[in-house]
Amino acid sequence: MPPAEHFAAPPNWEWWILGYFFFGGLSGGSYAIGTLMRLVGAPSDARLSRAAFIVSFLALIPCPIFLVLDLGQPLRFLNMLVDASNGGLAFKPWSPMSVGAWALLFFGLFSFVSFLGALAEMGTVRALAPIARFFRGPLETVWNIVGTGLGFFICGYTGVLLAVSNQPVWSDGWPLGGMFLASALSGSAALLLLVARSRRDVESGSAMRLEAADRNFVIIEAILIAIFLATVALAGTINKVLGVWIVLWIVVILGLLAPFVLTRGDLARRMPVAGPAIALLGVLALRALVIFSAQT
Amino acid sequence: MGFFTDTSICIGCKACEVACKEWNQLEGNKPELLLDSFDNTGQLDAQNWRHVEFIEQIPDNNGVVMTPTPIAGGQAWLMMSDVCKHCQNASCLEVCPTNAIVRTEFDSVLIQQDVCNGCRDCIAACPYGVIGFNEKTGTAHKCTLCYDRLQNGMQPACAKACPTESIKFGYLDDLQAAADKRVAALQTAGYKKAQLYGRDAAVYGGLNAFFLLMDKPEVYKLPNAQNAVLPSRNNLAGYAGGFVTAVVGLVAGVLAFRQQRMNEKS
Repeated sequence: MPPAEHFAAPPNWEWWILGYFFFGGLSGGSYAIGTLMRLVGAPSDARLSRAAFIVSFLALIPCPIFLVLDLGQPLRFLNMLVDASNGGLAFKPWSPMSVGAWALLFFGLFSFVSFLGALAEMGTVRALAPIARFFRGPLETVWNIVGTGLGFFICGYTGVLLAVSNQPVWSDGWPLGGMFLASALSGSAALLLLVARSRRDVESGSAMRLEAADRNFVIIEAILIAIFLATVALAGTINKVLGVWIVLWIVVILGLLAPFVLTRGDLARRMPVAGPAIALLGVLALRALVIFSAQT
Repeated sequence: MGFFTDTSICIGCKACEVACKEWNQLEGNKPELLLDSFDNTGQLDAQNWRHVEFIEQIPDNNGVVMTPTPIAGGQAWLMMSDVCKHCQNASCLEVCPTNAIVRTEFDSVLIQQDVCNGCRDCIAACPYGVIGFNEKTGTAHKCTLCYDRLQNGMQPACAKACPTESIKFGYLDDLQAAADKRVAALQTAGYKKAQLYGRDAAVYGGLNAFFLLMDKPEVYKLPNAQNAVLPSRNNLAGYAGGFVTAVVGLVAGVLAFRQQRMNEKS
């Protein structure tokens, strides 16, 4: 296959977009993990599941702010949803940015309601008790499943958005969507482990299950990173992601190794937050690497 | 309607760049010494809607003084006035999430400045690096094919100013007929590499601003037919990859939570 040739100019998507990709991934991933723990986990996982829904919403808060600030005309952010030419809806199913704007809106609704539900279950806000009663049972399950689908979309569509372009590296293959999704899951597991280790009311069994899930997610992420590298190598653009970017690759690799190395033995006891923190840095580094390397 | 730019008669005078800036009231970027032949604007962007490329193809003669030879002999100084191609299948129009980019009644591709919100997705998508971001307006800019002049029955400023008629404006059928005649004449005269770019549907369904080139498209920083691909080519595979990963991720999560729960019970 001859190398792909690119003459496109970079869009200069930088720090705000990196922040959105990072927090958006953590929000979607945390929601999915919260649902998993609620639906298939042990009863003792309920505490961590509630924490996951709270983390999901808190991580989502900066996302629209970052996106609006990145626009050249921030006050026209509604043009993503409403066609300013005719007042109708602006929705283009073949434009990931358009679909993503709508997905973020709906996921925001699901994440917010689940956040309120988690607060209500915890009993910290009495006024929310009716919400807890309303959502108990099958309705909550359906709500969580649909929210998880949207959360997965938020995790992965950012990679598809980059791929649906004519930029080197980004458009040279298909794995970015899956790679960002897997990375968001592993990052969210790491973030929730940080939460678990900072709270005494989370049972050690829950944390262990989360660690096991994290390791599974990291294996998927590593496989997709390998596929991503193979696709850019085949396209002849692998040099763009090497060179000075090796520094970030080292952080990514450390982040992949952390859940296997820093969760057991003396090291884990002495530095309980080191493993998850390094894993989170790896997730951030992976996104930074993909975003910035293609544009230089 | 569109442009036919015949690079074989471009003399690199940059009258098109000046006329474009003057009519469209483009301030231009701060002057820079680019050390790239006679080029002092560098690329198409928000301030340069026409850009004259200077491509020096002087072979390495290891210090031996060479007698100048014609282009066909392998020594050339190519010039091309580059511009938005107003593609029939336009990548920018395809990805624009706000519908700010539209096709006009003249079949040109236009960015509506009052709708664009500066997301820059079109810049990521344009395979020609045509669109630029204007920091002052906070929006994306590119050649409008002098939409306002066309509405008033005038031809675009660059075509009007071009002293050699390297830039021709008119109905596509007429331009294509002229281009076919010209490339045939050049081929007969021995310029075997002379070729039309964007005249037919092989490149983005045809370009409303197409070119006669004296070498391969890549030499002019134009993707060849094989590389002229739309952003949407990655939509299906990208989402499918994400979907499969989500399913595998779910299974991985279920296995971890259920397996460990079983262990805890036993």
